[in-house]
Formats: sequence, structure tokens, C-alpha cells
Amino acid sequence: MKNNKKTVIVPIGPYHPLLEEPEFFALYCDGEKIVDVEWQAGYNHRGIEKLSESKHWDQVTFLVERICGICSTSHPFAYCNTIENLIGMTIPERAKYIRSIIGELERIHSHLLWMGLAGHFLGYNTVFMWAWKYREPVLDLFEIISGNRNHYAMFKIGGVRRNIENEDIPKIRKMLAEIKGQLEMLIGAVLDDPVLTARLKNVGVLTKQDIKNFGSVGPVARASGVDVDVRRDEPYAAYPLVEWSVITAKNGDVLDKAVVRLSECLEAVKIITQCLDAIEGKAGEIGEEVRRVPEGEGIGRHEAPRGECFHYIRSDGANSPVRHKIRAPSYTNVPTFKASCIGQTISDVAIILAGVDPCYCCTERVAVYDAGKKKKLYDFQHLVELSKQKTERIRKEI
Amino acid sequence: MNLKTKALKKSLWVYHMSGGSCNNCDIEILDCLTPKFDLERFGIVLVGSPRHADVLLCTGIVNKKCVERVKEVYEQTAKPCVVVAIGACACSGGMFRDSYEMGGPLNKIIPVDIYIPGCPPKPEAMIAGIVKVLEKLK
Repeated sequence: MKNNKKTVIVPIGPYHPLLEEPEFFALYCDGEKIVDVEWQAGYNHRGIEKLSESKHWDQVTFLVERICGICSTSHPFAYCNTIENLIGMTIPERAKYIRSIIGELERIHSHLLWMGLAGHFLGYNTVFMWAWKYREPVLDLFEIISGNRNHYAMFKIGGVRRNIENEDIPKIRKMLAEIKGQLEMLIGAVLDDPVLTARLKNVGVLTKQDIKNFGSVGPVARASGVDVDVRRDEPYAAYPLVEWSVITAKNGDVLDKAVVRLSECLEAVKIITQCLDAIEGKAGEIGEEVRRVPEGEGIGRHEAPRGECFHYIRSDGANSPVRHKIRAPSYTNVPTFKASCIGQTISDVAIILAGVDPCYCCTERVAVYDAGKKKKLYDFQHLVELSKQKTERIRKEI
Repeated sequence: MNLKTKALKKSLWVYHMSGGSCNNCDIEILDCLTPKFDLERFGIVLVGSPRHADVLLCTGIVNKKCVERVKEVYEQTAKPCVVVAIGACACSGGMFRDSYEMGGPLNKIIPVDIYIPGCPPKPEAMIAGIVKVLEKLK
């Protein structure tokens, strides 16, 4: 957009203290109102699709795991689905359940992480500290199951790499019950809070039409009443074998996004409990050996915490992919700021941008260079300050 | 020990900078500041501007787009400043070392004092690293 005299540009990023990733947003403002938003990406591009073409099939699992640290199961999950689709194989029952357990545990920790950051952007550091405190037991569970807090390395083509031992299951169950209690407490505290409701209600609304225009997926779409979920629409792993429901909401504002995410955490606990019931006390294979990947094409999808994660692979029968295409959910979710930010005030922008739970390191598959431009870009602190002041104002009014 | 170093070791203010990482080290850095690990009891605070920072925590491979920015951030910090490379990517490039986007590893771009390897390093490892920084300053 052209920069006329009345509009002021507020730069955010690429380095700012609160969002973990380097990212650049330019807000065009007329007084307090946002007129336009521009997004510049590429600070996280690592050339993973190209690297993947030089790695062995088994190595790619670990490479795609390092696309994103928050949802580090979603990419191996989708990748393994892709290869299994290419070969046309099914995996053992126990592996299916273990895959679903890992996927759902990750959903809990990712949504709690988002809730914490959202609280932080609103100046509610209590929510931030709470959510992150209750996220720790989930990471401990991961450590029991896989040996690492993040980057679990549980997936391999044809199954999973590590078993969940039957002796560990009672311990996992006990920890899960504790997590569930804490989740319920946190959800009650967050959703009953009059200040948070006043601050988030009708902020950054995305209508059903907006979602269709941008092709958004995951909790962002479900919060606007668009009922999409890969786990139900195109069943894989153990999802068709357990009872669960897809959570949707109507309004599409940031409050509804929070409601959807938090309710999904409880739904995830439900799925994990059923999966544990199914594998407890039984023995079984956890993986089939895959000796060769034949020539052909495959696609695979997984409902990551942020939405549908899509992988496409073409093979010529050799040791590594010929083409590996990845589309992460944030790729369609982030551009919705064009619909949700414009017309809102500057103090709401921080939470609207955070509302879609953007994950830039997932998204950046293409890099564009612009070496000529150099700006001073360290102003996000000020924006969060404004957001905090607004919360304070509302708190006093109520 | 000169006055500057003496002042530096009292309460370390850290600035976190991600140069094209997978987010995991960054999340673990934030984790260090939350109730379970609580680095603030050592006087360590995350600050919003590199101009206030005593320690730079750098993660990620530092891709080509980030190289200039990383240099700029380093130049803005008050010296002496301790630079910590966190995670396998920042230390050596990790599995991305053959990538066409690779601009690092970090020690090619700015001088690094401490390396904390791991993918991602556990918060305990990071705390141990920071304690070593304190010892080094003494």
C-alpha cells in the first residue's frame, strides 16, 4: 500500500523479545486504527525441502522433526503417513496407538504454551506462569516415554521407534490424571475471568467467509464454525478407533480461539486415556521393517496443533526423495491478519497476531532476499506495553 | 578485574536472539524463566533491547538473511558482552550444515564465549552454562 502523509508505519521485528522467532510486520496506522498490514518472512528459512532430497528416507524423519520445535511430532507424523501412503502399507495396531498418544500429548503442550503466551501479551503474567507451570508435567511425560523433552524421535517409517512399556503405563496414567485436574482448573480460571472476556470478546473476528477465502485450517477455522479436522475427515493412526469429538465455536474472535484450544486439551486427554486402555497389558509389534521405497507419489496429512500439516513426496525408487513438498498450517493461517487486523486498534494487534498461534519456522519454505533495505526494527515492546495498558484500563472499569 | 566486569557479574540481563532456529531452544530458554526452573532467583532477567543486555543467547543456524541482523544486534550491545551459542545449530550447524541457507555457524559471525550443545539442551544444561559464565567472569 502507498504510504501517504496521514499513515504512520509501526514496524514490529524481526527481533523482538516476546515472540521467539524473528519475523517482520509493518503496521500502517491512521491514528489508532490499522489501515494495512505487511508481512515479511524468511528469517527462519533453512532450506529443508532441498536438504531432504540429499538424505536417506530414514534420515528425513529426523530432519522434518527439526522443522518446528513446538509441534515436532506433526511433521514426522505427516511424513510417515506420506511414505506409508506411497508404499501402500498399514502399520501394526500398537504403533497406531502410540503414535496417537504422542500426537495428542503434543497438542496439550502446544495449546498450553499458546495460552501462556496469549496471557503474556495481555499483561496477564499470572496466566503465563500458570500455563507454563502446568505444561512441565507434559514434558516430563515425554521424557518418560521418549527420553527427551522435545524432539521425541519416536517415529519411523512403518511404525514407532520406542515402545511404551507396560510397566510405565500406570505411572503415565497417574500423571495424566494430575494434568487433567490442572487443566480443568486453568480453563475455569481463564474462561471465567471477566477481564479476559472483555479483552478478547469480538477482537480479531474472522467470519466463515474469511476462513474460506484464506483457506485457514485447525483451531482458527474451527473457532469460526468451519468444521474441519483431518483426524476425523481422513482417519489415520488410532483416531478412528477411539471416541472423541471435534470442538467448534461460532464467533471466530480470539476468545473463541482460546475456548477451542483449551477444550481440545481435554479432548486430547480423553483420546490418550482410551489409547492407554487399548495397549495396556498387551504385547505387540511396534513397527514393520521397510526395506525399499518404490517408485511413485504419496501424500500424507496430520492434524497438527495448529491445523492440517501436508506432505507430498515423489520417489524414483532410489534412496532419497526426488521432491519433498511441505505445507504447514501457519502458511494459510498467518495471512488472515489481512482480515482480522484491519480496522482494529493498535493495542489489540499483539493479541490478534498471536491469536492464530503462528509458527513461522514451520511456514518458511520459500526465501526472498531484499538486501537493499535496512531499517531499525525494535518496537514490539512498545506495542505490548499498549496492550497491557488496555487490559489495565478494562480491569479498572469492571 | 576491572570495574566493567565487576559490574557485569552482579545480575546478568540476557537478550534472546533467534537466527533461524526451529523454535525449540527458544522455548526452552523461556522455560528457564518460568516457575519450574526460575532463573530470576539468580538475578537473571530477559530484557527487551540488546542495549540493556549483558549476555546474548543465540540459537539457530543463523541463515543468510539473519547474518546482517545478528551482527547489528551484537554491535548494539554494551561491551563487555558474553555471547552464548545455544543448541547444536548455533554451535556447529547441526544437521543443517550443508544447507544452502547456512550463514553460520554463529562463531563465524560474532565471537562466541560459551557453547551449550544439545538438540535442544535441557534447561538444566542452560542453567549450568550460565553459571559457568558467572565463574568465567570471576
